[in-house]
Amino acid sequence: MEHTDSVRFFKRGPSPVVRLVFFSLLSLLLLFVDARYKYLESTRNVLATLVYPIQRLATLPATVWHEVDEFLVTQTGLIDENEQLRERHITDIAHLQQLRILQKENARLRKLLDVQQHSEYRLQLAEVIYVARDVFQRKVFVDKGSQAGIEAGQVVMDDNGIIGQVTRVYPWLSEITLVTDRDHAVPVQIARNGLRSIVFGAGDTGDLSLRYMPVNADIKEGDELVTSGIDGTYPPGVPVAMVTHIERDPAYPFARIVCSPVAGVNDQRFLLILSNERKLPPRPLAASEQPHGKGKQGRRKMLP
Amino acid sequence: MTILVTKDREFLLPASRTFIALSLLGALVLDWLPWSGIWLSLRPDFVALVLLYWCTHKPYRIGIGIAWAMGILADVADASLFGQHALAYAVLAFGGIVLHRRVQMFDLRQQTMQIFPLVLAAYAVYALVHWQLHGYIAWEYFSGSVTTTLLWAPLTLLLQALRRPHAENEL
Repeated sequence: MEHTDSVRFFKRGPSPVVRLVFFSLLSLLLLFVDARYKYLESTRNVLATLVYPIQRLATLPATVWHEVDEFLVTQTGLIDENEQLRERHITDIAHLQQLRILQKENARLRKLLDVQQHSEYRLQLAEVIYVARDVFQRKVFVDKGSQAGIEAGQVVMDDNGIIGQVTRVYPWLSEITLVTDRDHAVPVQIARNGLRSIVFGAGDTGDLSLRYMPVNADIKEGDELVTSGIDGTYPPGVPVAMVTHIERDPAYPFARIVCSPVAGVNDQRFLLILSNERKLPPRPLAASEQPHGKGKQGRRKMLP
Repeated sequence: MTILVTKDREFLLPASRTFIALSLLGALVLDWLPWSGIWLSLRPDFVALVLLYWCTHKPYRIGIGIAWAMGILADVADASLFGQHALAYAVLAFGGIVLHRRVQMFDLRQQTMQIFPLVLAAYAVYALVHWQLHGYIAWEYFSGSVTTTLLWAPLTLLLQALRRPHAENEL
């Protein structure tokens, strides 16, 4: 280090140490601001737009490979697939017929009971462009962004179940946090008995875990977890995970329950983004805020 | 200066700005290939390697500032917090500049031993920031530092070959 700037014949600007200190402080400042205040989202958007072409370039080989792969399908393969799809279509039609009747019946019953109607969710197909290259995070990026009307908070699923949630939106792409991301929570209930809970991502293993379930809770290995729809974000009744392992140790108040996601969280290329147009009535405000008069207004809105 | 102190005394073309920029761009593209699963944790950090190459071979051209800017781009692409990669790359570039004379004196095997601590330090800085903010560390992340270090020799050979004058000019 001393050799570098002991004798300086030429002007080289500030020494490496000074530069390191300057840029480290700048990084720490940015880290602090980004982590605490989220002021930098617009800067991030601008930079993301700049970086976007390079990202597309990086995913080009994979895209070309898929295209070529799709182009070189044999005819027998196509006929087989067509046959399978036709069969599936026929069985699906039968199910759909029943579903329509049930839906109508359900709507009538709900009207009779004066319960709020379930609205239908609009779906948008998006393709995964690339996976965040950070080992710590379980995130993917898809090719639809705010230009296509995607908003942060929308739910993402595939044909089997919940994949995750849109967490950040750029003009042409959006970032999806997978359910397996650490501390990503989904409100669920057990399909067998309706027991409600919240499932969290494990983060490092690609599994999910049910925390804070008492040791004697009625839950078995192989139980299916579906969304409860209580939060208003996730539509009710969509499969999320399957219970794979339960450890009941009476020494601890809670059982250790490991679940694996039902959807192809790590290998799915095409995803469905749900637009949640159904808005829940505003949550009644906490008791401490009532003196301001806002609490009463909030409650009045909930009345029919 | 590079010509005099390089061990095998080879003559290299001066690195043009375009060449440096293209090598960094290539590294970015390689980093953003769709790595997943086990490959993601084994993925070498090409940007870090190329930055380290230029910091040790052209320390007055590529410095901490450019490394920091590359880090910001990586932060945006990875959806990590602003400054996380930038801090790691700044530390890496500083290490490369401090050790540049030593690295130029050594052969490739010795160079590899010298840069491993630098790469490890950069990885540690990144993991440390993550640990401070999120409270946990994924240990398999550090396996990437080993693959990065192992790729130092091939990458140096490649970049040196690209900077060498063409064959017809040789005597």
